[in-house]
Amino acid sequence: MTENRKKLLEVKHLKQYFNVGKANEVRAVDDVSFDIYEGETFGLVGESGSGKTTTGRSIIHLYQPTAGKIIFDGQDISKLKTRKEFLAFRRKMQMIFQDPYASLNPRMKIKDIVAEGLDIHHLAKNDQERSQIVEDLLETVGLNRDHSSRYPHEFSGGQRQRIGIARALAVRPKFIIADEPISALDVSIQAQVVNLLKELQEKHGLTYLFIAHDLSMVKYISDRIGVMHYGKLLEVGPADDVYEHPLHDYTASLISAVPVPDPEYERQRKQIVYDASQEKDLPDQPRKLREIVPGRFVRCSEAEIPKYRQRALAAEKQGANNY
Amino acid sequence: MVERILDVKNLKIDFHTYAGEVKAIRDVSFHLNKGETLAIVGESGSGKSVTTKSIMGLLANNARVIGGSIMYHGQDLLQKTEKEMQNIRGKDIAMIFQDPMTSLDPTMKIGQQIAEPLIKHKHMDKKKAWQQALEIMKLVGIQDAEQRINNYPHQFSGGMRQRIVIAIALVCYPEILIADEPTTALDVTIQAQILDLMKELQSKIETSIIFITHDLGVVAGMANRVAVMYAGEIIEYGTVDEIFFDPQHPYTWGLLNSMPTLSSTKLEAIPGTPPDLLDPPKGDPFAARNPYAMKIDAEKKPPFFKITDTHYAATWLLHPDAPKITPPAEIQRRWKIYAGMMKDKAK
Repeated sequence: MTENRKKLLEVKHLKQYFNVGKANEVRAVDDVSFDIYEGETFGLVGESGSGKTTTGRSIIHLYQPTAGKIIFDGQDISKLKTRKEFLAFRRKMQMIFQDPYASLNPRMKIKDIVAEGLDIHHLAKNDQERSQIVEDLLETVGLNRDHSSRYPHEFSGGQRQRIGIARALAVRPKFIIADEPISALDVSIQAQVVNLLKELQEKHGLTYLFIAHDLSMVKYISDRIGVMHYGKLLEVGPADDVYEHPLHDYTASLISAVPVPDPEYERQRKQIVYDASQEKDLPDQPRKLREIVPGRFVRCSEAEIPKYRQRALAAEKQGANNY
Repeated sequence: MVERILDVKNLKIDFHTYAGEVKAIRDVSFHLNKGETLAIVGESGSGKSVTTKSIMGLLANNARVIGGSIMYHGQDLLQKTEKEMQNIRGKDIAMIFQDPMTSLDPTMKIGQQIAEPLIKHKHMDKKKAWQQALEIMKLVGIQDAEQRINNYPHQFSGGMRQRIVIAIALVCYPEILIADEPTTALDVTIQAQILDLMKELQSKIETSIIFITHDLGVVAGMANRVAVMYAGEIIEYGTVDEIFFDPQHPYTWGLLNSMPTLSSTKLEAIPGTPPDLLDPPKGDPFAARNPYAMKIDAEKKPPFFKITDTHYAATWLLHPDAPKITPPAEIQRRWKIYAGMMKDKAK
């Protein structure tokens, strides 16, 4: 199914190191490769410090990658040089941030926040058209038209996140990176924002990279999931498969730790503890992301493939029995 | 009969702000049984943290207790002076705060911080207190405690710091432990460890816990009883099974419905936002967001209706004259499980 879809984003052997060559060198992202197809939502999960946010920031070119390639819409973004090229690139790719309190300028009116992209890219011919676009956008994200002349402090967290979404949509991007867009929000509001993102995706044919630590929410919104740990991508696959039948031990331990709103389940829950030392890299058996069964990838050495393949096939069998 | 260790009755708290009086707690009553874990669930601004701060006597300067009582061993905590509260705080009632990064003193060795309550409350000499601190560090699972006791907070990870915070709270073996979102700042794998630790310690030192959280998943794993708060009021309370499998209040339905479970395919968000407590609504505070709201909800506040001896909910839907409604599919699924549980019990 995925083979004949168009790849919108290709991340190839991305490395993002900080303090290179110094004693405190940090390998925040270490040889990460994945593709995102047009129209899908790719969820990136991991604990704090796993490098998921850094990956997102490298993709939108807030950092200059240490090594590797990022190809977006057929274009290698490390080859972008001029301001004009960057403008064209950033019009196609936008970002939604985690903290709706810190990401809106408190001194700007909502209409100016939302229209900033329009102004930079000269997308509105005159003032009238500009306010028209802004008001339409506010309506799209579920706010009122007359909210446009207010300031950010007049809005709740959920409403602010909607403003952030309207700002990202203003330049009509193809691709949106949502970095923990709901973790600062209350439970009842989280569902509102996630549903809005889904709705907008259907309406505008958007592609998302959804970065979060909340596994159950990621599973719900994503088509495919990538699991990161210590700067490395350990497992990639369809959301339901990864969640219900994780192949990598780390994924299994992560999923076993998610609390479920079901006391019966919680009473029987057994947490799987992941031992990172078993994953030591051996020089003669390099580990990299390998395809185990079509569409499912695990970071492993050549010798470990049969073990994971067996797990995948067992999961498939179990899945078939369930239907 | 279970012993009630803490009894909060008709608590009302206002906050004085430039905009006017914010009615943060509006007639809240609940109790804590000995040895149990009571979870208080609610969104931000629902009043769950203010409630516990009033128990600890840690309310902000602009807060005013309008009425009510908090009875602990026959005495009203609200009538105590600050001096008297200082003798209770940390000794009989201890608290774990949300953020392990800011609740430790960065300039003190952690051994000193753990030993401090012992020296203050139990009048232990330094040597003995240090020894006890070492023991509790081992109890909360800090490896190489003998060396780590001399470290400073910045030398620990977030999960380890929260263990230290727990050690400080438990070092005097308090009767009541209040945990205000103790794992919200932590990763899921660390969260699971800390929650397991709290359960284990509770059975060891027989403390009663008030657990504040917005995460229903955590509640399902930790609580014996649950109280759901909304807009400064408790709107439903019951045992953990009653709240999760036989919920009656539409707000509880909404909360359960807006969380993805292992099998959920669609999330039902609760529309709108909580009411402004500067000017709380006259009737049911949830009416404006409630798809099942009736005319009476806008006019008259619903009283608590009894479902079982332990389960109460404040919604007019439980009135005998209320029309029959069909709850969301997810809630019907949960009710079915509950019916099954009841059948098993009857056998």
